[in-house]
Amino acid sequence: MIVVDKVSKYYGAHRAVADLSFEIRAGECVGFLGLNGAGKSTTLRLLSCLLLPTSGRISVRGLDVVSSPHEIRKLIGYLPDTPPVYLEMTVTEYLDFAGRLRGLSGAELDKRRQRAFELCSLQQVARAPISELSHGYRQRVGIAQAVIHGPALLILDEPIQGLDPVQIVEMRRMIGNLRGEHTILLSTHILTEIEATCDRILVMHEGKIAAQGTEEELAARLKAHRSLVLEVRGALERVRAALASVPAARDVQLQQRGPEHVHVTLRVDDAAREQVAAAIVNAGLGLHAMQTQSGGLEAVFLQLSEQAGRSLPPPQAAVPITPSVARDASQVQS
Amino acid sequence: MSNIGIIARRELSGYFRTPSGYLIAAATLLVQGLLFNTRALGGTKLSSDVLIDFLRDSSGTTTVAAVLLTMRLFAEERQSGTLVLLFTSPVREAQIVVGKFLSAFIVLSLVIAASVYLPALIFVNGKVSLGHIAAGYAGLMLVGSATLSLGVLGSALARTQLMAGVLAAVFIFVFFLAWALAQVVEPPLREVIASFSLYEKHFFPFMRGLVQLSDVVYYVSLTYLALLASTRVIQSQRWQ
Repeated sequence: MIVVDKVSKYYGAHRAVADLSFEIRAGECVGFLGLNGAGKSTTLRLLSCLLLPTSGRISVRGLDVVSSPHEIRKLIGYLPDTPPVYLEMTVTEYLDFAGRLRGLSGAELDKRRQRAFELCSLQQVARAPISELSHGYRQRVGIAQAVIHGPALLILDEPIQGLDPVQIVEMRRMIGNLRGEHTILLSTHILTEIEATCDRILVMHEGKIAAQGTEEELAARLKAHRSLVLEVRGALERVRAALASVPAARDVQLQQRGPEHVHVTLRVDDAAREQVAAAIVNAGLGLHAMQTQSGGLEAVFLQLSEQAGRSLPPPQAAVPITPSVARDASQVQS
Repeated sequence: MSNIGIIARRELSGYFRTPSGYLIAAATLLVQGLLFNTRALGGTKLSSDVLIDFLRDSSGTTTVAAVLLTMRLFAEERQSGTLVLLFTSPVREAQIVVGKFLSAFIVLSLVIAASVYLPALIFVNGKVSLGHIAAGYAGLMLVGSATLSLGVLGSALARTQLMAGVLAAVFIFVFFLAWALAQVVEPPLREVIASFSLYEKHFFPFMRGLVQLSDVVYYVSLTYLALLASTRVIQSQRWQ
């Protein structure tokens, strides 16, 4: 369906997408994951013919984005990061306009509009001016305009951004309903929000694909990178000595958080976690808290992004936590 | 409905659903009425001179209205993000440009037509020919068309509405100044530069009731070229 071959995109001297290559099969639902500025939106804009690549080739169903944008536009529905809605129009008027732009008219337009209303649960606001709708509803109207003409390829840029938890669940359900009918590409910087939505996830970092795989595959990679966080009462040197007695503990990092409070981060296999706890307790130190740091796909993406940023290629099996990475991570969280 | 029609219709609803269209129309008509009272009617004049003064002032109000009407066309949609809908639909850039221009032209024509009560007053109370009025209004429509298309170009180039208005004003000013510039250079350059003049060279004949093919060709060409340039600008933005 889509072939992206060694594509780069520069905004002036700034490189947004670097030597990107991937393929997407018809009927797939693919998620693009990355931080703001990772190149997700640029990639989606290139695929929707809004922008042209600086170098490389992109083809959609064998059509080239540079030479046949008009033909490709007939195949796609696109929701940008802010829904492209005219506030003074009602939902019905707006969808009619979007449908007519895509060549629909008469009974066909009525039928398609009805279908879009049902898919996006918009019936009750059909006559409301868009200016009176909440962000969640505007987002749905944005999706409705993207699907009204039944496009083969649906491109959704941050469809979940700014929605509340209830709306997120609904949005996931809506995207689930669209699967199968369309090839779907969507982007997000908060992966947990699209869990169980995509067949495949491409993790982007600095304009490149840092990792890809199914949700499970990425989760499995995370497991290898999972770290354990401890809050220990005691002197720093004693904590260090106690942990040194556990050979399974790797990448140990200690941080004095108070006179008798040490914050510990380390990597350890699940089976050896008990040994860590025992070593602390046996040394006469107080173990106040012990937990696995995050989980979920969010962390996979964070770690893979860090990894890609630091060394591309080759991917490393384990990433030692260094102050610079810790700082990067804290910036991400803020 | 053709793509141009679909876009023009939406733009028209944009003018009439928001206060902007009414505000521009009301302001233009108010200023036109005031100018008519203070300038055209001042002193003892022949009624044809009153009409000429009115038409000269109207070419100015028409120009200002054209800038105000067009500055939002692309710049507003660029700011609100709705331009993306047009650019990802199977609609040609030229159709978008022409559709938007057409909607502004329809609104401006309505505004121009609404001022016809002023020359009607001269016609009833004085002695002017209907032909003179008709020629004057044809000229106003053509000035409107040319200044609208320069406004469309400004809006296609600008990120904000304010910037669009400034750019349009600069473009129009260049054509306005062509006449003054022509006066200070030697022939044959004088003739060449004067031929670009938006008002003195090409509108003044209409003002005096004279319809000349060369003037019509000038305004139509200027409109065509500015719209063509706008289309190219829009197309080139995909490369950025």
